[in-house]
Amino acid sequence: MNKWITSALLAGALVSGQILGQAMAQDDKDTVRLGIDVPYEPFVMRDADGKLEGFEIDLGNELCARANLECSWVEQSWDGIIPGLLARKYDAILSSMAITPERERQVMFSLPYYNTPSVWITARDRDIDIDDKQSLEGLSVGVQRGTIRDVYVTQEYGDVLDIHRYGSSQEVVNDLQSGRLDLTFEDFPIAVDAIDFRQDDSPYKQLGDSIKTPTSIFGKGAAMAFRQRDKALAAKFDKAICEVYADGTFDKLMEQYFDYDLSVRPSEADCAQ
Amino acid sequence: MIDLQGYGPRLLEGALVTVELAVLSLILAVILGLLTASAKLSRNRLVHGIGTLYTTLVRGVPDLVLMMLLFYGGQIGINMLTDQLYYAFDIDIFINVDAFVAGVITIGLIFGAYMGETFRGAFQSVEEGQMEAARAYGMSPLLAFRRVRFPLMMRHALPGIGNNWMVLLKTTALVSIIGLTDMVRVAAEATKATHEPFLFMIPVALIYLLIATLSEWGFAKLTKRYNTGFGESSEWNN
Amino acid sequence: MEQLNGWFTELLSGNLIFTANTLSFYWGGLVTTVQLVFLSLLIGVILAVPLAIGRGSKRRWIKLPIYAYTYVFRGTPLLIQLYLVYYGVVFFDGIQDSIFWVVFKQAFFPALIAFTLNTAAYTTEIFHGAIKNTAKGEIEAARAYGMSRKLMMRRIILPSAFRRALPAYGNEVIFMLHASAVASVVTIMDLTGAAYYVYARFYAPFQAFIFVALIYLCLTFSIMFVFRRLEKRLLAHLRPRA
Repeated sequence: MNKWITSALLAGALVSGQILGQAMAQDDKDTVRLGIDVPYEPFVMRDADGKLEGFEIDLGNELCARANLECSWVEQSWDGIIPGLLARKYDAILSSMAITPERERQVMFSLPYYNTPSVWITARDRDIDIDDKQSLEGLSVGVQRGTIRDVYVTQEYGDVLDIHRYGSSQEVVNDLQSGRLDLTFEDFPIAVDAIDFRQDDSPYKQLGDSIKTPTSIFGKGAAMAFRQRDKALAAKFDKAICEVYADGTFDKLMEQYFDYDLSVRPSEADCAQ
Repeated sequence: MIDLQGYGPRLLEGALVTVELAVLSLILAVILGLLTASAKLSRNRLVHGIGTLYTTLVRGVPDLVLMMLLFYGGQIGINMLTDQLYYAFDIDIFINVDAFVAGVITIGLIFGAYMGETFRGAFQSVEEGQMEAARAYGMSPLLAFRRVRFPLMMRHALPGIGNNWMVLLKTTALVSIIGLTDMVRVAAEATKATHEPFLFMIPVALIYLLIATLSEWGFAKLTKRYNTGFGESSEWNN
Repeated sequence: MEQLNGWFTELLSGNLIFTANTLSFYWGGLVTTVQLVFLSLLIGVILAVPLAIGRGSKRRWIKLPIYAYTYVFRGTPLLIQLYLVYYGVVFFDGIQDSIFWVVFKQAFFPALIAFTLNTAAYTTEIFHGAIKNTAKGEIEAARAYGMSRKLMMRRIILPSAFRRALPAYGNEVIFMLHASAVASVVTIMDLTGAAYYVYARFYAPFQAFIFVALIYLCLTFSIMFVFRRLEKRLLAHLRPRA
């Protein structure tokens, strides 16, 4: 009986202790917590020991060093990444988030730091004409839920394609490989990394052109996102983005991970502010 | 031995998270269950109504939906409250609802409702004569509860608690969906990375079976303990 | 207060979120959920009747495998069973080229299989318990009439057991409805999947999830109502007479 009460109290203390502990840790203002959706290869992935690595991890750490900030990474699934920022689980998002008008209502974006198109992918032996809408009737397409590609496919092909929405890009690729999906609509670098569709001996191929428009859906490129009121923080990162472009650090990093160009060089006017 | 391709240690860590989560939620559920049972037995109509509303709502909505609501919406709700504190009293606090806390609170809330039903039945099955006897001995209400009502009630509540625990244990798997790294999530990640579903899912299933079997054994022992003095013919023992 | 007010007016006007478009997502989700739950319950019951009879058999080679099946499926989370079927079927060699692929290609059928196996295990145990608890007098009376074991099972034991299993089975139906929410993790647009989509699209957890919770609540109450009525009719003979 006494044991019951003691353990109950202990549990209560544990739970509240954890809540309080986190509340206190929060006050450490010098560290900036960056939210990121893992994995999104080659932008971010975990190595065998569970450590984060990838282009955006390197870029983020570089930006933080230049802005003179102590940064830490917080893993957050894509679905919850904007609510998580607004809910102050972290102070900024650095997770290949495209600038779109819909998101701009919720958050404030930095300057874009890269821009890539989206591509339709299918098995090499499939004969599909993506521009002939009627012929697509009943085919299945996989996209990551809540991304610009989800919005595009839902808006443009919602009436003909059977849309499967996944929590992560990895699951989309898995189901393309398993044969569950006839098509995927992927971010170009993700598709290159996961299924290597540009090689002639790859079992997959690109359909039609790479897609970057309409801008109302695809935006001006990927940027960091901040809470609306954190203007000073956003300005620090804008400055850092200009710097890594100006002194060639960005290009060096880019060459490490990619054999194609995904840079969006900020204009002098943008950097002058 | 089977080769877990380097995921072995993470699976074990995940198993630990599952057990911690289950035990903490159980404790919260028992506390909430006792409160709910008292509320439902109360003569105060408001208290009774709140108890009934709580159990009805919780038992009418899927665990997963409640969990998503609490995890995704709970933080925003709490922030609204702390923002009010900040505007009104200049107190700036931030309470982080992480996946673990959200998991414990949601599972505790859900099973608190089920426990409430279990305890209500158990409270009612304690004969009033026993409590009268306790009072006649001059026991304080608290002492009478501790020494008489609680042990007698546990005899009737244990089978229900046992059942709830088994269901609760399996419910913990849902936290993997809202992003907590329990053993199911580790197994799902490993499956997606290596394309070997059986290699990771079956060991996890076996761990669940192991915990369930151990708990069954533990509850049998406890039942025997609280059964002392009531003979072998008690209703749950056949 | 301002925030709360803003949120509330947005919820009430709600035109940004609850458009005809998103409502059709919820409607599609409702249809999928009901289909999935109804089909798995139906097939589950059909499987559970012979399994429950076999579970009470005196022959160990019949009894033990069935017990092992119910023990495993009742002792592990449905989510794991779903993952195993969904990811597992893909890795059978050549399945993509077989006729079964038409079925397994979609997420619906792996989910249906996992749900059916799960509910069949629970239903087997419910029926088994009810069969075991058949009143001795009923069996003795049947024997006195000279009924064979088969006839007795069909005419006396099963009808009586089904009636007494009704309340427990009603709980299982509700349990299955709630458990079906996990279907959304394998891309099925059931009710929870629809809510999740609306949430991810509009970043509006309260609206998306509270709305779907209300739908589930209505479904739960409808099921409860149906089973209460059924119990009243079919179990009238068991009620104490005034």
